[in-house]
Formats: sequence, structure tokens, C-alpha cells
Amino acid sequence: MSDFVERRITLEWQAPRRSYDVAIIGGGGHGLATAYYLADRHGIKNVVVIEAGYIGSGNSGRNTTIIRANYGIPEAVRFYQRSLDLYGDLEEELNCAFMYETKGLMWLAHTQPAMRAEQARSLLNAACGTETVMITPQQAKELCPQLDLSGGGRYPVLGASYHPGAATARHDRVVWAYAQGAMRRGVHVVQHTKVTGLLRDGARVTGVETSAGPISAGTVLSAVGGRVSTIAAHAGVRLPIRTHPLQAFVTNGYDFPFPGIVGDTELLCYLSQTERGQMLIGAEYDAQPSYSQRSSFSFLQSCAAKAIHLFPFLRDLRILRQWTGICDISSDSSPIMGESGVEGFLVTTGWGTWGFKAIPAGGEQMAELIATGRPPALIAPFSLDRFARDDTMADPGSTGTH
Amino acid sequence: MLWIPCPTCGRRPVEEYAFGGELRGVSERITDATERDVDYVWMYDNAAGVTVERWFHRAGCRRWLTLRRDTVTDVVVA
Repeated sequence: MSDFVERRITLEWQAPRRSYDVAIIGGGGHGLATAYYLADRHGIKNVVVIEAGYIGSGNSGRNTTIIRANYGIPEAVRFYQRSLDLYGDLEEELNCAFMYETKGLMWLAHTQPAMRAEQARSLLNAACGTETVMITPQQAKELCPQLDLSGGGRYPVLGASYHPGAATARHDRVVWAYAQGAMRRGVHVVQHTKVTGLLRDGARVTGVETSAGPISAGTVLSAVGGRVSTIAAHAGVRLPIRTHPLQAFVTNGYDFPFPGIVGDTELLCYLSQTERGQMLIGAEYDAQPSYSQRSSFSFLQSCAAKAIHLFPFLRDLRILRQWTGICDISSDSSPIMGESGVEGFLVTTGWGTWGFKAIPAGGEQMAELIATGRPPALIAPFSLDRFARDDTMADPGSTGTH
Repeated sequence: MLWIPCPTCGRRPVEEYAFGGELRGVSERITDATERDVDYVWMYDNAAGVTVERWFHRAGCRRWLTLRRDTVTDVVVA
């Protein structure tokens, strides 16, 4: 990134045609990345991405921008590490700066069971080619001097797992960069167009019904975040997904540098500093499913209380903004990528609270699946039929928000 | 903010309750016994609209109740 010169992002909007090779529902990171890789890696350019709002208006623009690979099952570690590797070179590849910054991530443990879980995570990560190491409370304090090792007298830090490769990036620019890359290669992106149904020919899905009329397509991919159960129901597919709100907030500017990303696997809250200097704080998702993007005061209370136990300096800051995204939480807390069981209809969903970091790998692998018709080895374990095969990818402890 | 009417305690904030999940049956269209089991264990309607749900009044009378909630507006319907 040394002699990189940022260019203006130019998006060339096109009126949709009536027919495409591939129609992608959802103009977020995953949908646009899949379109980009289809056009760039596989030469499939007759592609349309249909977005109900504006691109990145869903969870791609609402997440807390953390990119990491310290997962708890081998399949997930390999997949997210691939994403981390792709992210590292993505600014050059897309010729667009999005402030990718490797910061390192610390996950604190306050009890012996949590210490054992983090030790197991470190060993598994190392075995799968991802660097995660255990650190002592003193090392944690050196990495992040603001940390109160006594946890406000209530949550003493016994140790932490440290994942140096973790990073943050400006999320909406990632979306625009993929959109620009896809559009330059001939992909059409259509905004403010709702998909109201799926075109069927017998059992097969042959296109989408939209608020701007029907569009036929050889393959339809749902890259929807939030309303995926509704879209899948049009194809007669039921998903192991519940859609929960996830909230986050930022404070006003903190005048000192805050190094790295700190998470807490027991208190379930995590924080980092944005490029503007604000402290960005998130926590677990709301207990009950909801499609309302409303924030709640009780979340602010509970999340701020946790964060202040660990970081007393937060007391002096003020809350600037709070927002909510609606996240598709799968039954085993792992994504669902691949065939839906209905011919012509694929899904990339279940991105819950862990979708942003997976955008490059998710897009790359889904594009390969569409182009070749065979699920690549990296995402084959994440197919929808794993639930029927009783071969689930349970990894709730790695989401940071379980 | 979501307020939930409890038959015993009256209208109370959502924080007093534990969510018990959507009340759902397996569709008649699924006939295979194993497929019915898979559907029952893993799948959800996850409807964007009115759902029938179970809630437990954890910090109150500690009884279960059933209600209808609109998941789009987050309002209890009945």
C-alpha cells in the first residue's frame, strides 16, 4: 500500500435487460463480490445484481468492520483465512483504497473454562495455518495500555488469545469497490428494485419477479441479508435461520490512539477505534428475532456497562450514534453457501454477525460454484444439506456475539 | 421498545422475558418421516410479519405465555 493512489469511484448504472446468465439478489458485499469474481475470474459478464435499497444499505454498511480468522473449527479457519489473504491484496486488485489496516485482535478470558477454550482455539488456528497465540495479562496490558486488568474489580483478566492478523476496513468503500470492479467488467447493478417473487418452470427457478418486471436468468443466487427466509420461501425452500437484530454504537472522538481490537468472549462485547478516533462498541445480538431495525436503550445500558468494566476511560466519552442491522443467524452459527435443493437457485446466507470479513472468500467461492457447477472444497462443508446429513458446523463460540 | 402483556403481571418490558422460540408445526407437505424430523429440529418459518411465539416471564411470575408479534414493526398484536 506504499505508493498507492486512490482514485474516485465511478459507478455506471445501467437499465436492466430482460434476461441474464446469472441474477444475484442483494447488492451487499457478498452479492457484488460474487458478481465481480464471476466477471473477472470466470468471464461470466452477463450478470445482474438486484438491490432493494441502495448498495451496501443492509448489513454490509452496518457491521463493525472487523476482519479476522480465529474461528473454532478447521473448515471455518481455512475459509476465513482465505478471506483475510484476499483482503490483504484487495485494494491493489480493485485499485481502490478502503483503509485496510491490520490491527491485531485480543480476546479476553476471565475464567478457567474460557482460558481453556481460548487455548484450544490457539492450537487449532496454528494447526490450520492461522496465527493465534495465548498471551498473559501483562502482555495484554502492554498491547493495550487502556485495559483495566482487574475488570473494574469484577472481571479480572486471566489471559487472552491474540490474533495479530485481524484488521478493519471501511466497509461501505469495500462494497463500492466491488461494485465498481463488477460494473467495469460489464455487470449490471440495479438499485431500488425489490424482488417480489421467483419465476418457476416446474421445480426449476428460471428468474426473478421484480418491482420493475420479470428478469429471467440461468442461475439465481440469493445473497440477501435479512429477508432471506422470505426469498427462499418463494422457491419452497425452508432455511435453518432466524433473523435477529444486532446493535452497535460509536462514541465521540477519543483523543488518544487505541491500539488494536479487543473482544471479550464472556462479557460478549468488543471494541475498536475508527479512523476518525471514535470508539466503536458492539455486543451480542438481541434474544428475539425481529426485522425491525430499531435500536434499544437497554442495549446501550448493558453494553456500555460491560465496556466500562474493562476500559474505565470510556466513562468520559459520550455516545454519538447507535444503529441496528438484522442478521441471519443460522442454527449452527456458521454460514450456508451452495445449492438450495431447487435447481437454478443457490444461496449464500446465514452470514449472521460474521459476514463482512467473509466477503472476498464468499464471493470468490460462490463465483466458482456458479461457473463450474461444483462446490469448491473450501465451501463444500457449508452446504445447506449439512443439516439433513446431521453434519453441522457448530461454532457459536467464535462469533464473538453468541 | 417491545412491551409484552403478561396475563399475571400486566404490561412489562421485554428485558424481563426470555424468548422461547416461534411456535410452529411441520408442514403437511413434508411426508417423509426423516425429512419431518430435520424440519422440526433445524428449520424456521422466520416470518417477516405476524408470528406466534412462546415467551417466559423470567423476572416476573416465571410462567410461559403465548403471543402474536409482528416481527417487522416489533409490536405485540394479541
